[in-house]
Amino acid sequence: MHSTLKTSFAALVAAGVTATAGFADGHASLSGELNIISDMSNPAPRAVMEGLAADFDAMHPDLTVNLTIVDREAWKTQIRNALSANPPDVVNWYAANRMRPYVDAGLFMDISDVWEEEAFDALASTKGAMTLDGAQWGVPYTYYQWGVYYRKDIFDQFGLEEPTNWEEELANCQTLLDNGIKCYTIGTKFLWTAGGWFDYINSRTNGYDFHMELARGEVPWTDDRVRQTFANWRQLIDMGAFIDDHQTYSWQEALPFMVNGEAAAYLMGNFAVAAMRDGGLGDDQLDFYQFPVINPDVDYAEDAPTDTFHIASGATNVDAAKEFLRYVTSAEVQTAINAGDALGQLPVNANSSIDDDKFLEQGFDMLSNNAGGGIMQFFDRDFDAEMASVGMEGLQEFMVFPDNLDDILERLEETRQRIYN
Amino acid sequence: MSVTPAVPSTHASEPQRGWYKRNEIAITPWLFLAPAILFFAVYVIIPIGQSFWISFHEWDGLGEKTWVGTANYERLLGWGDQNMDRKFETSFWNNIKWLVLYLLAIPAGLFIALFLNQTVTGIRFYKSMFFFPFVISQVVVGLVFSWFYLPREGLLNAILGFFGAGPVNILGDPTLATYGIIAAGLWPQTAYCMILYLTGLNAVDPEQVEAARLDGAKGWKMLWYVILPQLKPATFIAFVVTIIGALRSFDLISVMTNGGPFGSTRVLSFYMFEESLSEFGFRMGYGAAIAVVLFFIMLGFITYFLYSMYRDEKGAR
Repeated sequence: MHSTLKTSFAALVAAGVTATAGFADGHASLSGELNIISDMSNPAPRAVMEGLAADFDAMHPDLTVNLTIVDREAWKTQIRNALSANPPDVVNWYAANRMRPYVDAGLFMDISDVWEEEAFDALASTKGAMTLDGAQWGVPYTYYQWGVYYRKDIFDQFGLEEPTNWEEELANCQTLLDNGIKCYTIGTKFLWTAGGWFDYINSRTNGYDFHMELARGEVPWTDDRVRQTFANWRQLIDMGAFIDDHQTYSWQEALPFMVNGEAAAYLMGNFAVAAMRDGGLGDDQLDFYQFPVINPDVDYAEDAPTDTFHIASGATNVDAAKEFLRYVTSAEVQTAINAGDALGQLPVNANSSIDDDKFLEQGFDMLSNNAGGGIMQFFDRDFDAEMASVGMEGLQEFMVFPDNLDDILERLEETRQRIYN
Repeated sequence: MSVTPAVPSTHASEPQRGWYKRNEIAITPWLFLAPAILFFAVYVIIPIGQSFWISFHEWDGLGEKTWVGTANYERLLGWGDQNMDRKFETSFWNNIKWLVLYLLAIPAGLFIALFLNQTVTGIRFYKSMFFFPFVISQVVVGLVFSWFYLPREGLLNAILGFFGAGPVNILGDPTLATYGIIAAGLWPQTAYCMILYLTGLNAVDPEQVEAARLDGAKGWKMLWYVILPQLKPATFIAFVVTIIGALRSFDLISVMTNGGPFGSTRVLSFYMFEESLSEFGFRMGYGAAIAVVLFFIMLGFITYFLYSMYRDEKGAR
């Protein structure tokens, strides 16, 4: 009896070892079905995702890959139901605090074991964004830089240079305004664009660490350092640097101002480049600069939101799901899917190559060499969800009625105390 | 040839009737009602109870519910030492504005119906044109009006500019935005009321009009004392649908301003959605508390409607 038990235990261990070995070295062992729900619903990302699923399916003859693509905005509200009832194996989502509700509810699978594999060393730069509570909950597949996209031809016309500090920035802006051109276009109808401005001005004024403390609710909104951020922002608002009526426009509706030359620049993510090119701006008219220094004592911190894949904790085909994550993050796939003719963004794998595109090259260089402060995921991903929604509404109000600042900050502070205490 | 008795005595010869047969009169109505009762309970009554239950909890919709008693209501209504939730306050007053101003659809609809209630060539075409806004989706109405209101390119500002008035950004101005959306909502609602009155006008008794005319009634007096009383059923229905329309003004707000600028156009239903189901939401307990408050507001109207219907039916008997 005793020996039988021992033997079977040994057999179990052996089986486990072979399973792991077979799993590590081969694709052939994967079988069954792999269900993926993706939110890559815009035309270019959709083609990428369909290509990924088809290729992965072709690589594993015994495996059937079922792909469902959900509208990107709709997915933000559907993911809960999708994960809790009859969950798929792999889903799309976002990094950092945006994962929190699903991690807390136990709906995302802890995949720290995958991250310990050697191949994942090449993803080290994004590991922090995928880590909550000391474990990793997904893998990134793309990210993109934020920064100021501007009309080079307009800058040349008035003899302006890319500003590197706040004084130059304000001087540039004054020149543009004197010539009847707004410095920045922005559309704040859906609020988040104002969050980008806050991220940059706050991190340039008070540094990355302070910004993240604020995001974690450790600093009151009524703090003098926060007020300093708003005071800097207000300099631009009082000059009339932003287009009028921006609270009525979406970010796309604000693009024509830049395309028509009524505004000179746009603080945006790299995804806006495609839309600007579609609007008729050539690469000789369009250029990019890093958001200028405000406080010389703090290092550059950059917004670079990361989009991700996760395994549902209710996944039925975990082996295949993990293999898919390895596949998506591998250097070759990363190079291919982030190329200019695919997603047009930055690969997360350090061994993959950047497509020959001046914005991607500048962005990659900026994030690798000139973002010593840290990488922010964006206002609505770093801050708690409720704080972010109340916060962005306040930021929009501030941009229209800067005199309401005291009232806005008080409101945000009230919310912070309720959420974090 | 034997003669059969005029009244055959069947009682003794037939077997005892079944339970159902005996209670047929009492049971049958309930049998017919059963499907409706079942679905009404599952989809309406029970969810209302669940909303009440959830509103006493803190719940993200996924994990465990935490009992918080009346804390959600205290925060919402500002009981105790807290301030009233400002978003709630704004939403509540916006709801009131909607309820009051939306009723303008009734006189406007009546006016158009009286205007169109004549026989000229092509009147059916004109009627259908006036009815058209009610046929198209509210989302389309919202989009059309938000283009109409656009601060620079919009038709409204072109018209205002023609008369020398300055440009206004109606949907971007927190004091005007709600009125702008209500105006958009009135367009299809007026059409709806118009159709109700047009059918009502068909039922107006021509003899009474004739008699009133002989007595010298015309103009306003004719309308007020002769026509309107006969239109009372139409007015009642128009009132009911307009109140209901005002309380479910969700889609226009979502399309035109998304609750903004800075939350100034929220109404209770939109706030409830934002808190519990939107991108940054999932505070089910708080959302349910808002829903409960909205339910009580609606309950006031529903009670009134039911009472007046009950009274009318009683009077008709």
